Amino acid sequence: MIPEIVARLQQKHRTMRYPKAAPPPMPDRFRGRPVVHTERCVAGCNNACEAACPTGALSASTPKTIDLGKCLFCPECAAACPHQAISYSDNYQLAARERTDLVVPRERDEIEAKGAALDEALRKLLGRSLKLRQVSAGGCNACEADSNVLTTVGWDLSRFGIKFVASPRHADGLLVTGPVSQNMALALKKTYDAVSDPRIVIAVGTCAISGGVFADRPEVCNGASSVVPVDLYIPGCPPHPLTILDGLLRLIGRIG
Amino acid sequence: MSAFPTDFVRLTNGQSVALDSVPVLDLECFQASIVAGVKGGCRVSALFGAASPQPDATRLYAVLADDNQNLLLAAAADVTGDAYPSLTRQCAQVHMFEREIAEQFGLRPEGHPWLKPVRYRRSWTDRDVWQRSADETILPAVGDFYRVDGEQVHEVAVGPVHAGVIEPGHFRFQCYGETVFHLEIALGYQHRGIEETLLGGPDARTIHLMETLAGDTSVAHATAYCQVSEALAGCAATARGQALRGIALELERMATHIGDIGALSGDVAYLPTASFCGRIRGDVLNMTALLCGSRFGRGWVRPGGVGFDVDAKRMTDLRRRLDACEKDARVAIELLWRTSSAMVRFEEVGAVPRAIAVELGLVGPAARATGLARDIRRDQPSGIFNTAQIPVATCKTGDVYARAYVRWLEIQHSIAFIREQINALPEGAARTSVTACASERFAVALVEGLRGEVCHVAITDASGRFTRYKVVDASFHNWPGLAYALRDEEISDFPICNKSFNLSYCGHDL
Repeated sequence: MIPEIVARLQQKHRTMRYPKAAPPPMPDRFRGRPVVHTERCVAGCNNACEAACPTGALSASTPKTIDLGKCLFCPECAAACPHQAISYSDNYQLAARERTDLVVPRERDEIEAKGAALDEALRKLLGRSLKLRQVSAGGCNACEADSNVLTTVGWDLSRFGIKFVASPRHADGLLVTGPVSQNMALALKKTYDAVSDPRIVIAVGTCAISGGVFADRPEVCNGASSVVPVDLYIPGCPPHPLTILDGLLRLIGRIG
Repeated sequence: MSAFPTDFVRLTNGQSVALDSVPVLDLECFQASIVAGVKGGCRVSALFGAASPQPDATRLYAVLADDNQNLLLAAAADVTGDAYPSLTRQCAQVHMFEREIAEQFGLRPEGHPWLKPVRYRRSWTDRDVWQRSADETILPAVGDFYRVDGEQVHEVAVGPVHAGVIEPGHFRFQCYGETVFHLEIALGYQHRGIEETLLGGPDARTIHLMETLAGDTSVAHATAYCQVSEALAGCAATARGQALRGIALELERMATHIGDIGALSGDVAYLPTASFCGRIRGDVLNMTALLCGSRFGRGWVRPGGVGFDVDAKRMTDLRRRLDACEKDARVAIELLWRTSSAMVRFEEVGAVPRAIAVELGLVGPAARATGLARDIRRDQPSGIFNTAQIPVATCKTGDVYARAYVRWLEIQHSIAFIREQINALPEGAARTSVTACASERFAVALVEGLRGEVCHVAITDASGRFTRYKVVDASFHNWPGLAYALRDEEISDFPICNKSFNLSYCGHDL
């Protein structure tokens, strides 16, 4: 027991104060919400940004848009543009209730004005106790890992009443990752059916929103919404834990 | 000196050769050479099918690794028709490869002891080994499983959706009371068709597919791909780029190893190490994010070097964080070794004897835990490992304890390596431009990922496009090792055995 106490003193108390205090700082190279500086675009541009985008998230037609539901948050478009018209901000707040709200330049405050929280009745039911069954459906395990990290002492997800549970029978909803491979489509549907109503579905990561880098392959469905109705989209490849937490807390009305 | 296949072409890690210099042997000679090579100590790094220029034929390619001589041996053979004699009974290492070829190309290995699909997907050709019609739905893990019969024998089926936040897979145990007689593992739920998508590349998607082959192994797979690209273009990454790739690879290893030790502690209900390590793993991921913006190293490794250079300030920050991490990890993990109630759950559980590890062709920490000094960074070095050495960590007992302890040794070696690289980072550019892939070449790259050998083989056509791109994740070699480790164990020890291997489902399923 004594060595454990000594170790505990050495390791210190590590749970972050967020959301009561400021969130942990993002690294300076963090690629958060992308910004398109359309004023820097020049006429007759060869649209190298569009060609460089691996998933067709970026559309160079006017107005230029980036679909965060398809975006891998990779450095390619920003690097391809000779006019520095595209950059990534450190804004980690990416989640939205509606798929159409994931398209930049849709303004963040415009999305927030709609409110990300569940309706009053659901919030009463789930706002203080949200149990989620995680279903990995063709994901690369990065979204799974950075969802799971929220349960570590640093983030301590359970202080918000949110927990990952072992069975869909214990759950209020699903947190889906991956593009939903054909081989997982039935398992996802059955898991969803095993959750009692009312239930919610959260799609975490670009794959779960649109199929991501695997989109349009015959081996995958293009995201969770092709099998189950989705209530919250959290973009990223993978999303930063803070992006996921921000989305979850908005959903249950703890912030925003 | 050795009796190794002399009819195979010799190449080294990260090298390409003209496609016509890869000998197309008579099938019998090809198979005899594989068996002779494996008997002589080679490992089967890859065995895969591809289109053949001959009518009604499929071309099989084999890449053997001769670790003692730092050599790779490659050859091909044509199989005409839809069947060929299986090698599995003579060479267990090809078991899964032959099943994969059967599934992808509809070629039946005659005499294969357990011919089942690997990923439950349709054949790439119009042949199907299991005579399924084109409109028949293929359901994963549906089919025969190995069964043990007896009055008190019962079957336990688990998955694909598990209790934790993990990937899907199906496990079928044959139990007698608490004792597991046999475990069969059925995967394929994560199959996304990556090898097919890579055909005709490289294109804008290619590097991103590499980074999402297995999310926690992004750096190792991206590095293998970049080495293949550089070999096909006939150029090399910059010295600075190679050193930074080495840092990226070791950070990736550290993060997962620390997480694994924590998860193992959690599984035996020793919570201090579990909760400390969960947090420390995040600190390592944040070091990767400090250097490239992504906790998983996305966007960092690129053909020609790395996409993100470092400055002195960033290096100072990294060094400071590494010092703190080392101290925290040491306190957290040494606590575990000193706790006898935890150790008794690790020792003599899930043991894989060294001879079995050799026979199955296990790689990475699972192999090193049995005493096999097998590590690509030393045996088949490429990039920074050509000049910087990293000790090979081994244990002898081959059990859960050994697999955990090897990881702790490797964490310490990785920290020392990263420090060494920070102090002696080569000057110059972090990245150079890489020309297009040359036509009709054959290239192989091996990287020691956190689970062991990651093998990429590329074949290009007349216009330098991939006509075949083979990926073998370490997990493809090691899943049979986990199945073996469960024999005669208690079923309640499955979680710690599983975590002690920590294999990738998506890396296997592609």
